[in-house]
Amino acid sequence: MNKIKIIIWREYITRVRNKTFIIMSILGPLLVTAFIVLMVWLPNSDKTEQKIMIVDESQAINISKLPDNELVKFTYPGIPLDEAKALFHKTDYTAILYISRDLEKDIHPILYCKKTPSFSTENYIKTQLEKKFFEWNLSANNINPQLLKSARKKVDLIATKLDEKGKEIETRNENAAIFGFACGLMIFFFVMMYGMQVMRSVMEEKTNRIIEVIVSSVKPFELMLGKIIGVAMVGITQFLIWVVLSSTLTTAASGILLAGVVKDVNMMQEQNEIVYKQGSNANFEEIKNPQNKLEAITVVKDFFSLNVTEIIVCFFIYFLGGYLLYSALFAAIGSAVDAEADTQQFMLPVMLPLMSGYMMAIGIAQDPETSVAFWGSIIPFTSPIVMMVRLPFGVPAWQIWVSVTLLIMGFIFTTWLAGRIYRTGILMYGKKITWKELGKWLSYKN
Amino acid sequence: MKSILSVEQVSKNYSGHVALSDVSLEIPEGSVFGLLGPNGAGKTSLIRIINQITAPDSGNVYLKGEKLIPQHSELIGYLPEERGLYRKMKVGEQCIYLAQLKGISKKDAVSKLNYWFEKFEMKSWWNKKVEELSKGMQQKVQFIVTVLHEPQLLILDEPFSGFDPINANQIKNEILDLKNKGTTIIFSTHNMGSVEELCDNIALINKSKKILDGSVKEIRKQFKTNVFTIGFHGNMLAFTNALWTGAELLDHKSEDNNTHIAKVKLLNNNKANNLLSAVMPVAEVFSFNEIIPSMNDIFIQSVQSENPSIIGTQSMFTE
Repeated sequence: MNKIKIIIWREYITRVRNKTFIIMSILGPLLVTAFIVLMVWLPNSDKTEQKIMIVDESQAINISKLPDNELVKFTYPGIPLDEAKALFHKTDYTAILYISRDLEKDIHPILYCKKTPSFSTENYIKTQLEKKFFEWNLSANNINPQLLKSARKKVDLIATKLDEKGKEIETRNENAAIFGFACGLMIFFFVMMYGMQVMRSVMEEKTNRIIEVIVSSVKPFELMLGKIIGVAMVGITQFLIWVVLSSTLTTAASGILLAGVVKDVNMMQEQNEIVYKQGSNANFEEIKNPQNKLEAITVVKDFFSLNVTEIIVCFFIYFLGGYLLYSALFAAIGSAVDAEADTQQFMLPVMLPLMSGYMMAIGIAQDPETSVAFWGSIIPFTSPIVMMVRLPFGVPAWQIWVSVTLLIMGFIFTTWLAGRIYRTGILMYGKKITWKELGKWLSYKN
Repeated sequence: MKSILSVEQVSKNYSGHVALSDVSLEIPEGSVFGLLGPNGAGKTSLIRIINQITAPDSGNVYLKGEKLIPQHSELIGYLPEERGLYRKMKVGEQCIYLAQLKGISKKDAVSKLNYWFEKFEMKSWWNKKVEELSKGMQQKVQFIVTVLHEPQLLILDEPFSGFDPINANQIKNEILDLKNKGTTIIFSTHNMGSVEELCDNIALINKSKKILDGSVKEIRKQFKTNVFTIGFHGNMLAFTNALWTGAELLDHKSEDNNTHIAKVKLLNNNKANNLLSAVMPVAEVFSFNEIIPSMNDIFIQSVQSENPSIIGTQSMFTE
């Protein structure tokens, strides 16, 4: 046992001190955060005010006017288009919004601009115009737009699982699906990445020709276990660094860079909401201080109804179980070959169940109660991924217990199997190994 | 003399191929024991069994009277023929790691390593990565790692391969030094010269069986063929006649008409003195030596007698 600890420490420290590890651990979260920041920040970074001159030949807009927002201000000079175009570059107007005479035939207003406007500006103008035309059409047909808007209600369907004992659990399908899929995906990538690391670690002794010295001091099984656990610890360390760094960076980034932007985006969305519901007679007071926060609250409530403790505990169990199961197989492959190129023929059958777990996950996220979902979450080769996808939708306790038990039995089995292949494979050089040969090794006496 | 290692009727098969067949050995404590044999004879298989890398199919191995257990690996130092080090790891750190696997604490390992590194003038290599060292330097590190934990039994498989003559000599002296300190050494090699120089006892393995066993002196005596070289001044013909039925002239070399070196085989239980008495009246003897076969000759002869198809060359004037 003591020797395994020594091996674990060596495997851990040599990898964690490696430049590549340090760079990846820091670079990973940096890149992800930078990506998110850019995605959110860039579209909204256009802080330039848009001063838009409206040339409305239909007169519909001139009469009822479009609402301004923080960045977009409309003016109605009442001049014809030719004059507006001639004046344009001599004024500080940023754009001309041209609406032609015949709205019924021509609903392609043109926005003449000096510089390409931002997406949010275009979107805002488009949305306001759509609202206007909608109201205009309703009025033209003697339908009261106010009435129509108040009659339209957004439906929020709440799927609630009712079990035999009468317990009710709300299930929020979209959020649950995303969350579950993300967990499953993480496990998939982790198992693959670190499984490969175990394989390379096992090949290290063979390629360095040090294996005989090592196995004269420790048993091959102890060496294999030490490597699997050592690499697992490297993976967990990297995972923790990523989680801590990512959350720190994104919090800092949203605090510093995005605070204003996020607030603006939220406000704009809520303003749109209100304008949509109330039409052009929107209460401007309400727009300034939106109290309609239904969406935000729902999301938070969703998350907590997902039984977070259960999910986190299961995540760690499946994370570890899946890793142990597959890394044992990767260790076996690594021990059987002399060079990385030879690993290909053995990798495929090992990767296949892992990949199919991932494929299943995509379907299960949309439909979590199929028989494929059930069996996928029970069979230990696919359960680490599939069960994680199912969990946020609620899984009966007995299924979780069966799945975890089978997973534990699974990794004990693959470790035993790998042990038998490992102890023969590491001392074998030069022979081209076939599946038949591997089978023979299973039966060799200790 | 007490045996530190007893191998009792050990057999080992590898999927149809017989590696060892009922091999028994006694290794006396404190001796240097040569384990010899052609390639593929089974030496490495036996060594791996002693090191508990593999287990015998039948038979037993006893270290200091006890059946082999995992803890015994801490009493054994093993330098395999296929030897390497983690290339990307630093020398000092790696030596400590390997020493710890042999049961030495980190603190002890560091102080012992300091001693050896100083002795071999390797102190500047401590923080270097193994891949930065030359092959010979790596082999030195390898040797230190093998002896660091002061094992009672040292198993060296081709220890001199990879060393230049100066370093090989240094290693040879270390081996003798260790022997003087009471370490038992099992020595597997094809370099017969070193066997004669270093070994007290040998065993010769061929095709999975032990075919020869005993002290080097005894075995060489065993293979004695009662052949003598006589250097003399005189007449070759007269010399030959003088031999009569007591001895057979096998060969001779003549430097000139009067100076010859003859190779003579004694017959009919005649002794050296009889030979001398016979030739002295007709020749002025200036040198007289018994040819005792070298280990090289014994090796070839023994293996050849088992495999008559192998053609070897009998050396003419070897001593």
